[in-house]
This record gives sequence, C-alpha cells and structure tokens, in this order.
Amino acid sequence: MGASDFDIELQLLVEAIYLKYHYDFRTYAKASLKRRMTTAMLRFGCRSLSQLQDRVMHDPTIFTPLLEYLTVQVSDMFRDPGYFAAMRHTVLPMLRTYPSLKIWVAGCSAGEEVYSLAILLREEGLLARTIIYATDINAKALQKAEAGVYALDRVAGFTANHHRSGARSSLSDYYTAAYGNAVFDKSLRKNVVFSDHSLATDSVFAEVQLVSCRNVLIYFDRALQDRSLGLFRDALCRKGFLGIGARESVRFSAHADAFDELVRDERIYQKRDGA
Amino acid sequence: MNAQAPSLPAKRFDAVVIGASAGGVEALCTLLPRIAIGTRASFFIVLHLPRDRPSLLARIFQERCALPVREAQDKEPVAAGTVYVAPPDYHLLLDEGPRIALSTDEPVNFSRPAIDVLFESAADLYGDRLLGVVLTGGNQDGAAGLAAVAAAGGSLVVQHPGSAQVSVMPASALQRNPDSQVLSLEAIGRLLAGLGESTPT
Repeated sequence: MGASDFDIELQLLVEAIYLKYHYDFRTYAKASLKRRMTTAMLRFGCRSLSQLQDRVMHDPTIFTPLLEYLTVQVSDMFRDPGYFAAMRHTVLPMLRTYPSLKIWVAGCSAGEEVYSLAILLREEGLLARTIIYATDINAKALQKAEAGVYALDRVAGFTANHHRSGARSSLSDYYTAAYGNAVFDKSLRKNVVFSDHSLATDSVFAEVQLVSCRNVLIYFDRALQDRSLGLFRDALCRKGFLGIGARESVRFSAHADAFDELVRDERIYQKRDGA
Repeated sequence: MNAQAPSLPAKRFDAVVIGASAGGVEALCTLLPRIAIGTRASFFIVLHLPRDRPSLLARIFQERCALPVREAQDKEPVAAGTVYVAPPDYHLLLDEGPRIALSTDEPVNFSRPAIDVLFESAADLYGDRLLGVVLTGGNQDGAAGLAAVAAAGGSLVVQHPGSAQVSVMPASALQRNPDSQVLSLEAIGRLLAGLGESTPT
C-alpha cells in the first residue's frame, strides 16, 4: 500500500517545521503525531495538513500554539505512586551517600513530576543539597512548571497519589489555595533549573546521578528513543539511576545493554558498569 | 440468520481490534476461549477500566485463551497469534513495524485507553486486513473508531445490542455504522474460531 495523502502531507509539514523553526518532529512516533496533528488541524480550522503548512510557513504567530498541541503532556503529581515509593526506599538511600546530588527531569512539561520529586527529596532531607535540571522543548510548559500553579480540582488526586507513595508529610504543607488554584511553595524550586532542551537535537549538559523521564519516550520513534537513552547513559555518573514510564522499556532499544533492571515493576534502571 | 452464520467474506485478517466497556470482562471471557491455537491474526483489546490500578486483565484472560496474552508495552514488536491488552491509563496505538505505541494524551470519550484511538490507528496501519469488533458498554466510544475501520476497507462486527449486558456502546456503533454485521456473542465466538482455519485469500 502506498503512502496516503495524509502521510505525504504530514512528512512535508514536519520537514517544513524543521527547516523553518528547527523543531524536529521527523523522529516522533507516527501514530501519536498523526492524532495530535489532526487535532491541531481541526482546531486551527484547516481542512488539510497542506493548508496548515501554508499557515505555519506564512504566519509565525501560529507556530507557538501549534507547538503546544504537538508537545503538551498531561501528568499528575506522584503519578504511579509505586514509582515514588521505590525511589524513596531503594534509590534515595543510595543517593544519600553523595555529598551533593544532581537530578535531570527530561521532558518535564508543566512540572508535576518536578514538584513530586522535590517534595520527596524534602521529606527525605535531601532537597537542600540537590540540583534538579527540569528540561522541555515547550517554552510555555516550562513557564507553567516554573510557576507551580495547578487547578485545585486536580489536587485531591495528587494528594491520594502522594499518600500512596509512602508520604511522610501532608501535600497541603506545600501549597496555598488561591482562586481555585494550588500555588506550590517556591522554596521547592529554589534549586530547580528550568531550561529549554531538546532530546532530538541537543546534547548532554551535566553529569547527574538520576534521570527521570517518564512517558516521554513513548512519543519518539526508535531512533530518537535510542538517541535519548544514549544521552541519559552519557549524562549518568557511574552506577547512576534511570526511571522511565510504567509501560516503557529499554528492552527494545539499542542501549538495552547499558542498563540493569533495579526495580523491575517500576521501571527503574541502573547504569551498568562500563557502559 | 445473521446470528447463525457469520458471513464475512472469506478473507484473511492480520489483526482484530476489540473494544468493550461495562460487561466487557465477561463478554471477553466468553470470546477468548473460542480463539484457536494456530490463529495467525494479532488481537488488540481496549477495555475501559478504573484508572490507576494494576491491571489483572492479561492474567485473567490468559487463563481462558490458547494464544499468549500480554499487556501491551511501548515499542514492543507486534507478534502474530498474540493477544495484546491495553494497559490502564494509556491509549493503545499501533505504529509502523507494526509495533505497539502507547500515549498518555488526554482521554477520548472520557476514556484512556479509548477504543476510538486504537481503532483509528489500527485502521491506518492494517486497512482492509482489519476486523473491528465493538461489544457491550455504556458510552459511545468505538463508534467513530469503527467508522475509521470501515473507511480504510476493514470489516465491522457489532454485538447485538439486545444481547449485550449494556447496550449503549453497540447501539451507538450501529447508529454510526449501519452496515456493520450484527451478531450475538456466540456468533462472534464462532467467527473468531473461524479465523484459525486457513482461508484462501
């Protein structure tokens, strides 16, 4: 079967975006990209991707909202509480031996994961000596992450997750409610560096002991997943830790040999010696 | 007669996508034992579930199915003669390869996983070698997905709403896709059993 018109138009559009704006969606997983592009096309009132491409090329104001549609990530604080419980009981006791800690949250989107980790580190008495690098390609999402403001109706779910992660404190200790929002304590992000970084085009910027990158690689094709896992391997110190999403695996990647399973059910890996 | 003799054209399906909601576990426990060893098609199941709980579905279904049953993992290559169940709180899609592709995009029809999402991406990949099946359920998820399967040349089966534990989902699917074959659960079972027999293409 030959490529459909939609496939052809999609390929041309992502090429145009790359050439004009230097955002590289050519190595994103096709199935999800198609859905997101279709959503964007309809929201912008376009009948075809060619029409959307015409707008993207000649109306620079449309690119920022388009980027939103293509990269927005929805997560919850302490999503998969078992992951944070495993961090608390297995990973942090080993990280505690370092005089200072560096953690990279890759693809942090609106920051739910960053604040979850910061609260966990505060509870374990490690936050003051930790630097968290929170990176994403979506500037708007980074702004949201930096603001740390979430709709109050989501907080009940966050609180339940936090509790199930083995919380040593109450989530309400970390935010104040105002105008239907929960505003998280800015001391949590005192040591957080929010920054623009693309797993598709940028390189390693620091040595870290832990990389947390959950439900980001699912949007990448295998080549880009391999590139990302290669960056994580290179960024990690000897015996450093990697956490990925609950239904992701390094098994199907070229770097499967670089990581050993540490907590299998929670997808926490440890960099293999010599990798 | 419709309920007696499934009359799909004698063609080969590389993949079968099945969507269900309320009453779906029971319906699938009836259907899965009918799939014969040696069936070449790959099966993909989306069942609406309460979020955020470890899913026991793959284990429950494995006890009742001759083919291997797995919870789908991202980037996993799709194997013939295997049943894949969508994990809770992820959309299940199929990508070139074919490979499993998961997403945490927003719920569709208030559901994640959503039947429409699976059906649309499977239709895109498998075209006329796809069979789409909508079973019992309480919302409209699956109706648009079946339409996408039809548009790509695939075949449609909807459980007879009267025989479904909850009729809203099959009724909505039928309203949107009146040309679907309407079958009782038993007849769908016979149809799936028939996929194991080698059919001339």
